[in-house]
Amino acid sequence: MKRQFSRPQKMTIVQGIQSIVLIIAVIQLWLITATMNSYLGGDDGVPLPAAIFSLICLGLNLGLLRFLYGLDRRTKTDD
Amino acid sequence: MVDTDRNQNSTPPNQKPPEEQPQWRQDFPIDVPQDNYISRREFTKFLVLTSAAFTVGQFWIVYENWRRARRGQPPVAKVALISQIPVGGSMVFQYPTENEPCLLLRTGEKTFLAYSQKCTHLSCAVIPEMEKGRLACPCHHGYFAISDGHVLAGPPQRPLPRIKLEVRGDEIYATGVELRTA
Repeated sequence: MKRQFSRPQKMTIVQGIQSIVLIIAVIQLWLITATMNSYLGGDDGVPLPAAIFSLICLGLNLGLLRFLYGLDRRTKTDD
Repeated sequence: MVDTDRNQNSTPPNQKPPEEQPQWRQDFPIDVPQDNYISRREFTKFLVLTSAAFTVGQFWIVYENWRRARRGQPPVAKVALISQIPVGGSMVFQYPTENEPCLLLRTGEKTFLAYSQKCTHLSCAVIPEMEKGRLACPCHHGYFAISDGHVLAGPPQRPLPRIKLEVRGDEIYATGVELRTA
């Protein structure tokens, strides 16, 4: 049986997830800036590893968003 | 039992419970706590979209990097005759394409240097100040050393790309572009 959360609990969860997603997005912003700088500087070894790391970050974010929408679905089906 | 409707203050016109309301009414709630929850959830969705855009940008850089590697070094091109440029003088030439202005500098009798004329900050044209030993960008006051193109002051983060030169007889040839990060 899955746990059902009250509205204030869901509010806390959404704030926590929002903070994590924001931190990951800021890391990605820094990463794309650094990658562009190294690409324009002629360093061709950086872009691919940076892109893979960025893809992992996106995967994490998508997972967190899926969990967030799962909270609402869970509430609807359990009610 | 958990009371999920603790913050549900208003009653919808159709009197049905919140979870049976149409989607638009769930997405635009009247009650403040529920509206806070929805707006934060939607903002998180927007952040994830931003994250996706950054990832697309990263892969675009990978693609451009691959294209650049495939192109290889630009061809050798004749730039000028030695007699065309006096000691302490400079001239503009295009290399490797017509859209890439470069500066050829003669700092000594047999010393020639060449750099891309585009400032590495926002691509304004840099101007040689031979007496001060620097190249100046008038847009945002960025300065580069004439000796090796490194940044002396201002907002640019990278040195100017150096154009490799070769002197054959009395002719000067450009043989490649050297991009640098520091």
